[in-house]
Amino acid sequence: MTLDQVRKGSVVQILSIPGAEERAQLIRLGLGEGCRVRCAERLPLGPLVLRCHRQEVALGRNLARRIEVREESE
Amino acid sequence: MHTHDTPLADPSVRRECRSLVLAGNPNTGKSVFFNFLTGIYVDVSNYPGTTIEVSRGRCGEMDVIDTPGVYGVSSFNDEERVARDIILEADVVLNVVDAVHLERDLFLTLQLIDMGIPMVVALNLMDEAKREGVSIDVDLLSDLLGVPVIPTVATRGEGLCQVQEAIASARPGHSDPQLLDRVHEVLREVGSRPEAVLVLEGDPVVSERHGVAPRELREEIYARRRMRVNDIVRHVVREESPRFSLSAALGRWTLHPVTGLVTLAAVLWVMYQFLGVFIAQTVVGYTEGELMQGYWEPWARATAARWFGDGSLAHTLLVGEFGVVTMTVTYLLGLLLPLVAGFYFSLSILEDSGYLPRLATLVDRFLTGLGLNGRAVVPIILGFGCITMATITTRLLGTVREKRIATAILNFTIPCSAQLGVITALLARAGGEMALAYVVVIGSCLVLVGTLLNRALPGESSPLLIDLPPMRLPRIENVLRKTVTRTYHFLREASGWFVLGSFVVVVMSVTGLLELWQSALSPMVVSWLQLPREAANAFVMGMVRRDFGAAGLAMMPLTAKQTLVALVTMTLFVPCIASVAILLKERGRREALIIWGASWILAFAVGGLVSQIVIR
Repeated sequence: MTLDQVRKGSVVQILSIPGAEERAQLIRLGLGEGCRVRCAERLPLGPLVLRCHRQEVALGRNLARRIEVREESE
Repeated sequence: MHTHDTPLADPSVRRECRSLVLAGNPNTGKSVFFNFLTGIYVDVSNYPGTTIEVSRGRCGEMDVIDTPGVYGVSSFNDEERVARDIILEADVVLNVVDAVHLERDLFLTLQLIDMGIPMVVALNLMDEAKREGVSIDVDLLSDLLGVPVIPTVATRGEGLCQVQEAIASARPGHSDPQLLDRVHEVLREVGSRPEAVLVLEGDPVVSERHGVAPRELREEIYARRRMRVNDIVRHVVREESPRFSLSAALGRWTLHPVTGLVTLAAVLWVMYQFLGVFIAQTVVGYTEGELMQGYWEPWARATAARWFGDGSLAHTLLVGEFGVVTMTVTYLLGLLLPLVAGFYFSLSILEDSGYLPRLATLVDRFLTGLGLNGRAVVPIILGFGCITMATITTRLLGTVREKRIATAILNFTIPCSAQLGVITALLARAGGEMALAYVVVIGSCLVLVGTLLNRALPGESSPLLIDLPPMRLPRIENVLRKTVTRTYHFLREASGWFVLGSFVVVVMSVTGLLELWQSALSPMVVSWLQLPREAANAFVMGMVRRDFGAAGLAMMPLTAKQTLVALVTMTLFVPCIASVAILLKERGRREALIIWGASWILAFAVGGLVSQIVIR
C-alpha cells in the first residue's frame, strides 16, 4: 500500500521512497527506508504528519502517494 | 567564491587566525551560543548572492561564524550551500545538538566527524529532554563520537562557559573506517578531506570546483551513517514515559483538522489586528502623517526653497509632488519602515514559536492546487506587507517553476499593506455586500492565476517535506534581532530602486508624459469601467505607488458599486515601480515584462466585467 492510505494512529514500515533528494532528506530526519513510523495526523486531502521517536515530519499528499509502506501489526 | 587548494591535513599551512564555525540543525539554539561567545560586536550580513544572513564576530583570537540551521552538509538549497561553504573553511566546528531529537541531529554530527573537522558538541536543550523523559549518557556519547560533548541549557546560561573552555580541546572524532578508505582515493584529486567527503557524497558544486566527477555514493554513505546514528542513540538514550507537556499538546492541536483551523483563524485575526490595524493605521498614521508630512516635508521644502527657486527644475526634482527628498523619504521611512518591521516581527514570532511549519502544513493542500507547496505561505504573508519584500523572499522556494508562480500571484493579485488600509476604509464605506464581492473576485483571480500557471508551466513543483519542531515560547531578544537585521537588509536592498522609481516619475511629470498617459487612459475608464474620468489619474498614480492610486480613489465621489469596480481594477493593476525594479532583478526582463503587461489586461478585463455585471 502507499502512505496516503494509512489511517491516523497506525504504524507502518517505510518500504521505498521515490526521488533521490526526498530520500536523502528523509533519511537525515531519521525516516528512511526500513524505518517504522506512526501516522500522527492526516489533514483531509492534505499532508500527513509522521512521527518517529520524537521527530515529526509533514509530507505533502502527492509525495505520500508515491511512498510504499507496509502496515505493522501492533 | 574561493576554494582552498591547501590540504587542511598539512599543519604547516594552517591560517594564523583560527576560525570557529557554529553548525547545527534549525531550532537548536545556536544563536545563543554565538551571542555568548562573541558579545555585542557582531557583523550580520547577507551571504553574497543570497538572502541568508550570516553573523560573524570574534572571541579572543578566534573568528566566530554562525551558519544557517541545516540537517546536513550538501547543496539542496541556499541555506545548505551557505552553511557548506562556511563549514569547509572552518578550523574548528562547534556543533549544537538538540538533545530531544538526537536521531535527527547526530546525522549532521557524524557527517562533520566524517569530514575530519576538529569539533566540540554542545548537547543543548537538556531541560526539554528531561521534560520529555529522555535521559542521555553524556560520557558514553562522547566516547562513541570521539569528541568532547558538553550538556547545556543555553537559554538559562548553563554549560556555556564549559563549552567555551572545551573549544581548546576540540578534536576530530571517530569517522566511518570504510568511508575513510574511499576518502584517501579521492584526496589526491581534491586536496582536502572535508571536500573529498562531499565529492564522494555526490555534491555537484564541490565536485565542479575541483573539476572532478561527483561520485554517486550518497545513498550508500547516508544509509551507513543512519545506521551508525541509530546505533549510538540506542546505546546512549534511555526513555521514560514523558510527562504531560503543553508544548506537545499545542503541537497536536495546531494540526488537528478542526482545532487546527480554529487556531489558524485566531492567528490570522491577531496578525490582522497587529499589522492591518495597529501598524498600518495607528503607527503609519503617526510616522507618515505626523512625523514625515508634518515635520520633515515642510522643513525639506523650506530648506530647498532657500537654495533653488520655487518651481525650478531642481526644486521639483527634490521636493516637488514626487520629490526624491520628500515623497521617497516619506515613503521609505514613514510608510515602509514600520510596515516591513511589523511584518518581519510577526514572521520571526511565527518562526521561533514553531508555528510557521504547521501553518505551511495547514495551507499545503490549497497551495498544491496552485502549483506551490505549503512553504510558499511565507512570501504570500509578506506580500500583504510589501510585494517588493515578498518577491525577494520567493528565493526560498524549491524550483524555478514555484518562484515564477509565486511571483506572478504576488504581483497580480495580492494587495500590499500600503493599499490595504485605503481599501479597507473604502470597502467599509461601500458596505458588507461590496466587501464580500471584492474578496470573492480577488480570491478567484488568485486561484485562477495559480491554477492556469500550474497547468501551463512545464515541469513539476516540489512536494512539501518539512520538519515540525516543537512549539516554544519565542525569545524576545532573538525575535528583535531578526526583525532589525531583516528590515535593515530589505531597506538597503530596495531603497535604491525606490529612489530610481520616483526619479522616473518626476521626469515623466516634468516632461508632460504623465498627463499624456492620463488622457490616453480615460476613454477606457469612462466607457468600459463606467467610472468618472478622473479615475484615470488614480490608475496612473497606482503605477508609481499602489496606495497613491487607492488614495486617489478615496477622494472621488463614487457610488458603492463604482467603488467595487475601482478597487478590483486597482488591486489587479500593475505592480508599483519599486516592485517592477525588483521583478526585473529577480525574474529577468522577459518575465517582468509579461507580468507587467498581463496586469493591464487582467485588471481592465476583470474590472470591466464586474462593472458590466453590477452597474447597469
